[in-house]
Amino acid sequence: MTVEDLHQLAMTARKACRLRCCTVGGCLSANSLVVKQRLEAAVTNAGLSDRIAVSGVGCMGLCSQGPLVQIDPSGDLFAKVTPDQADQIVAEIEGVKNREKGTGKPQNFSPSPSPLSPALPFFTRQYRIVLENSGLIDPEQIEDYIAVKGYEALHQSLREMQPEVVVDTITRSGLRGRGGAGYPTGLKWATVAKMPLGQKYVVCNADEGDPGAYMDRSVLESDPHRVLEGMAIAAYAIGANQGFIYVRGEYPLAISHLQTAIRQAKRHGLLGSQIFDSPFNFRVDLRIGAGAFVCGEETALMASIEGKRGIPRPRPPYPAESGLWGCPTLINNVETFANIAPIMRNGADWFAAIGTEHSKGTKVFSLTGKVKNAGLIEVPMGISLREIVADMGEGTPDGKQIKAVQTGGPSGGCVPAAAFDTPVDYESLKDLGSTMGSGGMIVMDEDTRMVDVAQFFMEFCMDESCGKCIPCRAGTVQLYQLLTKFKTNQATSADLEQLEMLCDVVKHTSLCGLGQTAPNPVLSTLRYFRSEYLAAIALSTPSPARK
Amino acid sequence: MVHPATVTETGSRTVTNKRQLLLEAALKRHQYRPDALIEVLHTAQELFGYLAPDLLLHIARSLRLPPSHVYGVATFYHFFSLEPKGAHTCTVCMGTACYVKGASQLLSTLEHETSIKAGETAPDGQLSLMTARCLGACGIAPVVVFDDQLEGHQTSDIVCDRLHTCLSANQP
Repeated sequence: MTVEDLHQLAMTARKACRLRCCTVGGCLSANSLVVKQRLEAAVTNAGLSDRIAVSGVGCMGLCSQGPLVQIDPSGDLFAKVTPDQADQIVAEIEGVKNREKGTGKPQNFSPSPSPLSPALPFFTRQYRIVLENSGLIDPEQIEDYIAVKGYEALHQSLREMQPEVVVDTITRSGLRGRGGAGYPTGLKWATVAKMPLGQKYVVCNADEGDPGAYMDRSVLESDPHRVLEGMAIAAYAIGANQGFIYVRGEYPLAISHLQTAIRQAKRHGLLGSQIFDSPFNFRVDLRIGAGAFVCGEETALMASIEGKRGIPRPRPPYPAESGLWGCPTLINNVETFANIAPIMRNGADWFAAIGTEHSKGTKVFSLTGKVKNAGLIEVPMGISLREIVADMGEGTPDGKQIKAVQTGGPSGGCVPAAAFDTPVDYESLKDLGSTMGSGGMIVMDEDTRMVDVAQFFMEFCMDESCGKCIPCRAGTVQLYQLLTKFKTNQATSADLEQLEMLCDVVKHTSLCGLGQTAPNPVLSTLRYFRSEYLAAIALSTPSPARK
Repeated sequence: MVHPATVTETGSRTVTNKRQLLLEAALKRHQYRPDALIEVLHTAQELFGYLAPDLLLHIARSLRLPPSHVYGVATFYHFFSLEPKGAHTCTVCMGTACYVKGASQLLSTLEHETSIKAGETAPDGQLSLMTARCLGACGIAPVVVFDDQLEGHQTSDIVCDRLHTCLSANQP
């Protein structure tokens, strides 16, 4: 495979006009496959199949309005498309065509499919790097990915750069891990690269367990080749020849798209032996998770890949020194790998110019909960929460007051509306008692009781605790019981004291990230919504003497 | 209604043999490597619906692992079920986005309607009611899955209607 072959592949017959229909995620559940079939039938019936192509593409972002259909090249976007509207949408293209050719008056169509303006702040405020192809290309066609410069970055790295130069480029770009902790990616790569020669592994952490977050699912479903390309570049940089993608069992479509992508990449010589006629070999295998949140923790994830119970172990040694089967292992999140190819293509300086001083680039968030425009967004670091929630999300659907935004899943916290002007970056969110997390952003309105939210997350952590260390195993149960007292108005001020004390113990003595961050939702709600806890105490009915 | 387990004897034996062959093929594909345990368990559950004790024992012997290890792994992961599931399944997503949009009300409606609790299977074996941590369909929350068909924007009324359609449909 040479670069010329790549371009040849990309030149597969392109039609003048394309109808893109989202066939992943939320749209898929809203019957978008039938919509796509009806669009294909409508095109055939109108005798336009030589001019108009119908493609099933990845996520376009505004999932709450699905199924979404967009027309190329006009850019017209339709929301909540039903199968019956297919004919009208195809007729709309004909109208465009007639206008372009100047044949006849522009037909004044007022299609009943509800048009959506691509000029909505939801779309215009985004800066798409990770999602640049999402919604534009067919994730099951490698040719589509290659046509948008796919695998060029891998070619460039293998043929023109030494591995150290690749690591250096990533270091200079300032990219930080997108899984939540924000560890500098270049530093991690350099550590693994420096380990003595021998078997090394690259692992993609696609065990997206944070409830309310689905960025990784969307990236894997909409643009799987980008993740494979990022992993291959990483493998070249650190000297690995084997990769694993650990993906959640709850994401069957992502698994199927990844399997297709791996098969296609192998067939075209972009994975496997002697990639691009270089001495570099790299194979990727999938590992399917079996529903354990703790497996998102890197040491637990490795245990799970080895076929064991997903139980974390103390670090050090870090996976970079002793990971899978004792070999040096590089573990990065899906979104981190998805950032690699654009950085290699456009240069470190280009990436470093986006974002804030310490948080470079963009971040994908899943904006959900009580918000009008729920969906997936990619914004530059440093944008304020207010811009995201009020401008892009357009507030709550029923005009209620927004109370807080929860970020970071069960390890994060609730940011109150008063702090919405804070810029979104790793440090600012940490200062607020929350975390960037993997990118879930759940909007809560005045109806949401914060004590209930804290209890909800504690129940989650209690169930998901692996049971290895006592502070987490027993502490989360005790915290859950205390929070239940607050929820049911049976708490006393002594309970509040104990709650705070126990949070402190669990946070500082647990073995892994799950336990260390489990008290965060409690601590952040205590910090900003203490009045709700006090109100629960005030309302509490003196119950018979308890133990 | 015929309980799924009470199929005619010969029929069930052929099916079991076929499943057994597919499981052996999967074991062979993984070269009986002990670290392929989770993959093998996935395949076994897909084929048999749940992981019965003798099935686990068979896998343990094939992969040369102690039965305690196999049992430990099978019980650790939520995805694996050691009990047979109902003919139909209904899974309520309890992710954060679904939670703030009223997933717990949906669940109590369903519990009331079916008279079983989350995690249980109805005594007639027709329905298993389950909860999920997050299905990654947060943009259309709250979501409920009926027999692998994910439905978004659910309300108490819709969910009951959908449940009855699901129950009256043929076994998936």
